[in-house]
Amino acid sequence: MNRIDIVTRRTFLGGVFSAGAFVLGARLFPIDTLASSGRAAANAAWNPSVYLGIEPDGTVIIVAHRSEMGTGIRTGLPMVVADELDADWARVKVEQALGDTKYGSQNTDGSCSIRDFVDAMRDAGASARLMLERAAAAKWSVPVAECKAQNHQVVHLPSKRTLGYGELAALAAQQPVPKKDELKYKPASEYRYIGKDLPTVDRDDICAGRGTFGIDARMPGMVYASIERSPVFGGKLKSFDDQEARKVSGVQQTVVIPGFKGPHGFQALGGVAVIADNTWSAMKGREALKVEWEASEHASYNSPAFKQSLLETVRKPQKAARNVGDVDAEFAKGGKTHEAEYYVPHLSHAPMEPPAAVVEFKDGKAIIHAATQNPQAVQDTVAAALGINKKDVECHVTLLGGGFGRKSKPDYVAEAALLSKAVGKPVKVAWSREDDIRFDYYHTVSAMYVKAALDEKGKPTAWLQRCAFPTIASTFAGPVAKTAQGFELDMGWTNLPFDIPNHRAENGPADSHVRIGWLRSVANIQHAFAIHSFVDELAQLAKRDPVEYLLDVLGQPRKIDLGSKSPLAAKYPLDTGRLRNVIELAAERSGWAKKKPAKGLALGIAAHWSFLTYVAAVVEVEVDASGKVRIPRVDLAVDAGRVISPDRVKAQFEGASVFGTGIALMNEITASGGAINQSNFHDYQVARMNEAPIETRVHLVQSDAPPAGVGEPGVPPMAPAICNAIFAATGKRVRDLPIKKQLA
Amino acid sequence: MPAITINVNGKSRTLDVSPDMPLLWVLRDTLELTGTKFGCGMGLCGACTVHVNGAAVRSCQTTVQSAAGKTVVTIEGLNAKAEHPVQVCWRQGNVPQCGYCQSGQIMAAAALLKSKPKPTDADIDAAMSRNICRCGTYQRIRQAIKQAAEVKK
Repeated sequence: MNRIDIVTRRTFLGGVFSAGAFVLGARLFPIDTLASSGRAAANAAWNPSVYLGIEPDGTVIIVAHRSEMGTGIRTGLPMVVADELDADWARVKVEQALGDTKYGSQNTDGSCSIRDFVDAMRDAGASARLMLERAAAAKWSVPVAECKAQNHQVVHLPSKRTLGYGELAALAAQQPVPKKDELKYKPASEYRYIGKDLPTVDRDDICAGRGTFGIDARMPGMVYASIERSPVFGGKLKSFDDQEARKVSGVQQTVVIPGFKGPHGFQALGGVAVIADNTWSAMKGREALKVEWEASEHASYNSPAFKQSLLETVRKPQKAARNVGDVDAEFAKGGKTHEAEYYVPHLSHAPMEPPAAVVEFKDGKAIIHAATQNPQAVQDTVAAALGINKKDVECHVTLLGGGFGRKSKPDYVAEAALLSKAVGKPVKVAWSREDDIRFDYYHTVSAMYVKAALDEKGKPTAWLQRCAFPTIASTFAGPVAKTAQGFELDMGWTNLPFDIPNHRAENGPADSHVRIGWLRSVANIQHAFAIHSFVDELAQLAKRDPVEYLLDVLGQPRKIDLGSKSPLAAKYPLDTGRLRNVIELAAERSGWAKKKPAKGLALGIAAHWSFLTYVAAVVEVEVDASGKVRIPRVDLAVDAGRVISPDRVKAQFEGASVFGTGIALMNEITASGGAINQSNFHDYQVARMNEAPIETRVHLVQSDAPPAGVGEPGVPPMAPAICNAIFAATGKRVRDLPIKKQLA
Repeated sequence: MPAITINVNGKSRTLDVSPDMPLLWVLRDTLELTGTKFGCGMGLCGACTVHVNGAAVRSCQTTVQSAAGKTVVTIEGLNAKAEHPVQVCWRQGNVPQCGYCQSGQIMAAAALLKSKPKPTDADIDAAMSRNICRCGTYQRIRQAIKQAAEVKK
C-alpha cells in the first residue's frame, strides 16, 4: 500500500519549490521485485518516491526521480501524476531529483520504472486532486461532492464558480491527507495523457543542442582529467614517469589514484591521472606518460582458450537450477536426440556518451553532476571513496547519453571525487572511447549446451540445458563467485515456457577475469539465443513450420508455476497464452504464412518473455552471395500490459531491434593476455544505419494487465530470430555470435 | 602562440589555444558550445559533426588551425529559433531517444539535404551511416530526412 504525506521540511528538495508551495510526497511500499538484486531492500523502507508541488502561480512541479537515458521516463511518470491531478500539462514543470533515499530506489535499471512507480504516481495525483477539491469546498462553504477538479481548476458544479489550483494551493496544504480508500481514480476513458503521445519534456532542447549531459556539466574553476589505467584488470601501478606529460601545454599536474581494495564493486579502478586546463591537454598529457604496471593474475585471460573452457564445462553435468520430471530416464530410452552448443562473447555497452561526471569536493562535502542511472549508488560510492557521510554527497543527475546498464556503476564518479580531493578543485572526468571499450563492466561471455529427446513427430519429450558464464556477482563478491545467481538464471533459463514433461536447467562454474556487469536485457541475451535457436533447429529437423512448431511446443495456454511465492510472481505469472498471442500476432502482421523461404531471403521467428513482457520477433533477412546480411523488416509483437506512452514504448522496441541486431551481427569483445583487444568503433563495431533493420514495425497488444518492462525485452529475441532466418535463407546454422564473416 | 580567428555561429572568435587542438574541444571547452558532442575522437561516429564553410566535418578530426578564417556552424547556430526543416521534422517524428548523438545527426542531415535536396534511400544510407546512434533511432532519422526534403522543396 502507498501512503501520502504532506512534506513540511522542504530543504532536501534542493530549492525546487518556493515557500508557499503545496508539496505532496507519496510514500511508497512497492511489492517485492527482484529480491536477489537488492532492489527489494531499497524499496522496502517507507521511502518517498515522488514529490508533487503546486506553486501559488499555478505551476505544478513534478519531481522526476528516475534517470533519463532515452526511454522517456522523465516524461512518462510525471504524465501519470498530471493525469490523475487533472493538471494542464502546459503548466507542469518537471524537475530532476537529487540522489536521495527518500525517493525509494532511483536505480533506473531493470525495465521497472513504470511498473514499480505507476501506482504511487496515481496516488500522488489523486490525493492532491481530492485535497484541492476539499480546499475549494471549504472556501465556498459547499459540499465537496459539488466540487470537481478539471484542467487545473476546481469547478463548483451548481454555480460554475472556479478556483485555480494556484489559488487553492495554500488552503489545500491545510487539508488532511486522504486515506487510500478515499481516493477516486479516473476511469481510463477520462485519461488526458496516459495512453496518448506527448512529446518528451527534453525533445525540443535535444533538437536544439541544449540538452545537458554529464559530459556537458561545468563548475566554476573546473579542471579536466584523463586517466591511464592498467590494461589488464587488477594490474597494480609499478612506476611512472610524468616528466614529458607535465611539459604538455595546459597540463597542471598528475595524480595517482590508488587501486581498488577487495572486490572491485563500483570503486575506481586506479591509475595515473593527468590534470589539465582542458580535455585536449589532459589527453595529450596522458599520451606522454610512461607507466609500468605489475603483472596481474588475470594476464592469463585469452578469449579463445576461455571459450574452450566454457564449452568443456557445459559438456559435463552441472548443478540443476530447475528439474522437472526425469530427463536422464528419457534420454536412456535410446530414442532420437538432438544436441547443440552455443556461444555469446563479451559485449560492451558503448553508450554514445562515455562515462562522465564533474565533482567538487569542498569543506567535507561532494557536489556532483553526473550521467548516472543510480544517483544513490553514486552517493554510497563517493562517500566510501572520500570517507564522508552519504548525506554529504549531493548528486545532481544530468541527462544520460545512453546507459544500457553501464551508468548504474559509478566508478567514474569515484575517480572524479578522488581527483577533486587531491587537487582541491572541481574535476571533470570524461572517459575517452578507448577507456570506455577497454574498461567496461562487460556483458559476460557464455557457452550453452542444449539436448532434446524427440518423439516420432520430432517433438521434445526431454530437454536438458546447461550454461556457464562469469557471474555479475563477481563484481560484488570477487573471484570467489563462480556460479550464476538466481536472478541471472531466472532470465530465460529456469523459466523455459515449453510444455515438455522432462526438463532440467543446469549452470556450471566460470572464473571472471574482467569486470562483469549488466547490459540491456542481461542474461536473457545468451539464454534466449540458445533456447530459441535450438527450438528452431528442432522445427527444421522435424520439417515443420517454425511458427506452428513453436506454438505446438508451447502447448495449451496456461500459467506456469515457477515455484516462486513472491507477490511479483503472483501479479505477473508467466502466461503462455499471452506468449502464444504475440507469436500469432507477429506471424500475422509479418505475413509469415504467405512468405515462403527463398534462397537468400527468408523469415525467422523467436519469442521470449523477459522483464514480465511478452515479445515475438519475426525478422526478414537477406543474405547476398558474399555472405552480407541485410534486414529489410522486423515485426515485433509486444504485450507489455497497460501502456502509458505508446510512442515511447514503440521507440524502445525500434531501438531494441537495432541493439539486438548489433549483438547478432558484429558486437564482440575479446581479451589477449588479459588486455581487451578492442578500443573504438572501428574494432568494436555497432550497428549503423546501413546495417540496422531498415524498418521495425512494433505491434502493441491492447491490454489491461499491469504494466511490465519495455526498455529491455525487445533485445533477447532478436539474435535468435535473425539466426533462424539466416538458416531458412541459407541452410547455415550460426551457433557462435557474432555472425561477422561466418556466412562468407 | 599566434591567435586564431574563426567565425562561429555568426560571431568572430579569436582564440588563444594550441593550434593542433581539435575544433571539437575548442567548441566544447573554450567556447562552451556543448551541443557538439564527443563520441570517439577518431572520426568514426559522427557525434561531433559541424559545418565548416557549409560542409559537414568531424570536428574531432579538424584542428582549430585548419578552421582558421573559416565559418563554423554548430547545432546551436543551425537556426536561431531551432526551426531548420531538419529540426522541425526531427521534433515531429519524435526522433531522439537519449539525444546525445542527435546534434551530429541533425548537422549531417542538414548538410546532406543541402547537397542532395531529394536524397534517395541509398543517399541517406551513404551519408548517415557515418553517424552512430546506440539507441537505434535510424528509421525515424530516415523518415525525418525524407519529410524535411518535402518541406524544403
